[in-house]
Amino acid sequence: MAQIRVENLRKSFDQFTAVHGSNFTIDDGIFFAMLGPSGCGKTTTLRMIAGLELPTEGKILLDGEDVTFRRAAARDIAFVFQLFALYPHMNVAGNIGFPLKCQGMTRRETRERVLETARLLQIEHLLQSKTSRLSGGDRQRVALGRAMVRRPKAFLMDEPLGALDAEFRHLMCGELRDLHDRIGATTIYVTHDQLEAMAMADQIAVMNKGRVEQIGSPQEIYDRPASMFVADFIGSPSMNFLRFEGGLRSGDTAISLAGVRIDVPEINEDRASASLVLGVRPEHIRFADAARVRGEVFGAEYLGTTQIVTVDTAHGRVAARMPSATQVRIGETVGLEFHSERLALFDGGSGLAIRTANKESARHG
Amino acid sequence: MADVILRNVSKRFGAVEAVRELSLTVDDGEFLVLLGPSGAGKTTTLRLITGLERPDTGSVMIDGRDVTQDPPGSRDIAFVFQQYSLYPHLTVYDNLAFPLRSPARRVPEPTIRKRVEQTAELLHIASKLNNRATRLSGGEMQRVAIGRALVRDPAIYLMDEPLSSLDAKLRAELRLELKRIQLELGATILYVTHDQVEAMTMASRIGVIKDGQLLQLGTPREIYESPSSRYVASRLGTPQINFLPARLLSEVPLPPGTETIGIRTEHLQIASRNGGRLIGRVHRVEHLGEQNHVHLDYEGQTLVTLADPDRPLRAGQEVELRLTHPLYFDGEGQRIPAMPH
Repeated sequence: MAQIRVENLRKSFDQFTAVHGSNFTIDDGIFFAMLGPSGCGKTTTLRMIAGLELPTEGKILLDGEDVTFRRAAARDIAFVFQLFALYPHMNVAGNIGFPLKCQGMTRRETRERVLETARLLQIEHLLQSKTSRLSGGDRQRVALGRAMVRRPKAFLMDEPLGALDAEFRHLMCGELRDLHDRIGATTIYVTHDQLEAMAMADQIAVMNKGRVEQIGSPQEIYDRPASMFVADFIGSPSMNFLRFEGGLRSGDTAISLAGVRIDVPEINEDRASASLVLGVRPEHIRFADAARVRGEVFGAEYLGTTQIVTVDTAHGRVAARMPSATQVRIGETVGLEFHSERLALFDGGSGLAIRTANKESARHG
Repeated sequence: MADVILRNVSKRFGAVEAVRELSLTVDDGEFLVLLGPSGAGKTTTLRLITGLERPDTGSVMIDGRDVTQDPPGSRDIAFVFQQYSLYPHLTVYDNLAFPLRSPARRVPEPTIRKRVEQTAELLHIASKLNNRATRLSGGEMQRVAIGRALVRDPAIYLMDEPLSSLDAKLRAELRLELKRIQLELGATILYVTHDQVEAMTMASRIGVIKDGQLLQLGTPREIYESPSSRYVASRLGTPQINFLPARLLSEVPLPPGTETIGIRTEHLQIASRNGGRLIGRVHRVEHLGEQNHVHLDYEGQTLVTLADPDRPLRAGQEVELRLTHPLYFDGEGQRIPAMPH
């Protein structure tokens, strides 16, 4: 198993720069998700690590060894594409054993390795089955087995669950993570689905326009987003942004939102008067009759346990998550109270987070 | 607007019974959502109402009139499809005006202009009226497609997964808009989807449909809180409801005949060990931001519950389980009422 290190990795295609100088280290055994919208450079980064693309600049180190210009086949990394590509004319054992057969491994050894892989994936009973008879989940397990059987140093996965419907995808997420816990291989997982990344990863790198905007644990990224892009991309519904003008002084513990005082975590930087943004997660909003931020209820969406209530305020439309037992009438005027310790502040121009007591550990990539 | 009544409608395609003895009333001004997986008979039901298919048995009534034998054109229905099919060579304005310019309708141009402008206003695309239809984002195109149904004033709007080709953010936005428009217009809508969130958030009532049969009809809250069967219970709620075989809960008094117990994630509480006899082991904690999903192992079964993100829990830890509103199901998966207390 291996540590993967990327130094100043850059990739340009003619005029277009897909990846602008990324730096990160993925420690041995980590499940690392690269998350971002399409075109953010996540797949290009992954393909460079795999050796399917040569970087324009920078280095890739696998366990300390420079593999930047080594062929894909010589990197000892398994790449898992959309998990469904199986050889239809072979049975499960044939599919899993195929990479070993290509390497010229003896039949007995191949059989043993296939059996061991199948045991790990809990599909021993399917080894003699035709792949066309398998359920979607089992097909995925077989495809994964084919990647695992070579005992690679790391797994690279590019949206492997993209083709599945939402409910099944969540189930497979759990299974992939369980498998990772059993074999402990360093894994890089590329996805545009924040829930997948949050559910599985130890570390997430959020990418935007070829740059890594933040790297951190799911909870860190959710609680202390480094930028408005990250705050908006993670969480559903996403963070509410309330824009205001004002100045900030280090040590302040409140802001003035169009004349209304709002307590915030202690601010750790000075800002001359500028366009600023208050970030509020939907679950950190409560209705309070006396609150001075007021708005009119636009809609209420029942979700079983909770409901999402949208309120039109002077600062834009705000989504609040609350228990579904709370009675809400469309069109009524409500006061909104915020959970002060959990609020975020951003610079409206650069979109970057302003340092507060809640944000000290945020890092920029 | 008007009501629509299906009475004992069946439709068979060769060996496949697409719709079986379906009876359903869509009330005037109601937003009724048929929720089911692909192949459940949702789209066939819509096509039977439009007249694109004829039922083998049963009847279709629109606004009190039996239309079972009427051709589609005379049924006064507007249909919104999954894929926005706009005329690419026309502007947004002309796309919206198109249904009103049909020779069968003969609407005068000033009336058309008024209707189109009102509709565009409602859908927040008024500034795009002179754009080519192809110069729009996906969300705008789908609004135009919905708008083309809204410019008319039909008896009922039928919508077949109109949001499913959009990305998550836009879908969430249009869900809210569509519900608002429906309330503003007092429109009668029959909407089919496989997405439980769409059904829960927009419907006045949900009909859960499977294998051509209507399993349960009720408000989102009724269906979520009081499902008639195991299948219906599993169809709504994320994470999915937990099921446990009754034999694993010998400690808990159960109504006779109970084979399976359903426990929604919010009805499974965990606490530190304190003498209780239902003991589970934390298998994994998923940090999903506003909430943690805790996967527990109980007697070889996996259970999922919700926990506050600030609560420290680690894999391997033993916790006491408490069930608050369990649902009981018999061997057939049908719901058994709870015992009176």
